[in-house]
Amino acid sequence: MSTTLTQSNQRTGAANGTQRVTYVTPVANILETSDGYLLEAEMPGVAKDGIEVTVENGELVIVGRRADKDMPGTLLYRESRPLDYRRVFDLDPSIDTGRITAKMEQGILKLTLPKAEEVKPRRIEVTD
Amino acid sequence: MSLIRFQPTELSTWSPFERLSTLRDEMNRLFDLSAPGFGDREDRLLGVWSPPLDVFQDKGHVFVKAELPGMKKEDIRISLHENTLTISGERKQEQEVKEGDGYRSERFFGRFHRSVTLPLAVQTSDVKAQYKDGILAITLPKAEEAKPRQIEVQVS
Repeated sequence: MSTTLTQSNQRTGAANGTQRVTYVTPVANILETSDGYLLEAEMPGVAKDGIEVTVENGELVIVGRRADKDMPGTLLYRESRPLDYRRVFDLDPSIDTGRITAKMEQGILKLTLPKAEEVKPRRIEVTD
Repeated sequence: MSLIRFQPTELSTWSPFERLSTLRDEMNRLFDLSAPGFGDREDRLLGVWSPPLDVFQDKGHVFVKAELPGMKKEDIRISLHENTLTISGERKQEQEVKEGDGYRSERFFGRFHRSVTLPLAVQTSDVKAQYKDGILAITLPKAEEAKPRQIEVQVS
């Protein structure tokens, strides 16, 4: 894995130009196969419509907005962080950004990032 | 990249909430890991999965929320013994990693077990649980004696 999806150290993003927003960095698993990458990021509390995936300047930005911010009553004890999720990955140039697909399953964002056909390893037959 | 999540200083502003995590404080004291406010770092050092729990109440109910992303409903067990609610289960690794594939893993797979002593008496019947968006939400009705009561004062 020489070129890969690497994490950029960008935890906070600016909103409205001035205000700094704090995000939780979701833990993620990345699997690289010869066909592409599969990225799974944990974002509990985020529904399908709370997901924003953007590709810009060779970066993949995933943002998850929690749908469960309203508390059912008053708080007695808390361990979770009531914050949205954000993480930035550097994109491997071999990824075909036009074919990236996303799926949300029980708080796990699953991204499929296929490699462009021309960069896939190919066997070249030797002719006589 | 290290296996331990980097926690910048900005997050230390959340320490008032961390103060409420008495169980975690106890664990810190027990293992002498002086990292208050550093989230699940201890868990990672210990190699266990300890899903975050929240407890709320309203007039008639106690609500317990647990962050359990990527589980199957059938793999979650909930039990209530007296006033101790226990959530346990197992998250299985579904992804197959073949030889030659590159893989980086930060997620935890395996078993977990969390118990919480509820702050007031609840009815053992009529407990409801829902699993949605990776959040397990349990609703427990308060026992009659734990409900707030209004006493009418007769003025004669």
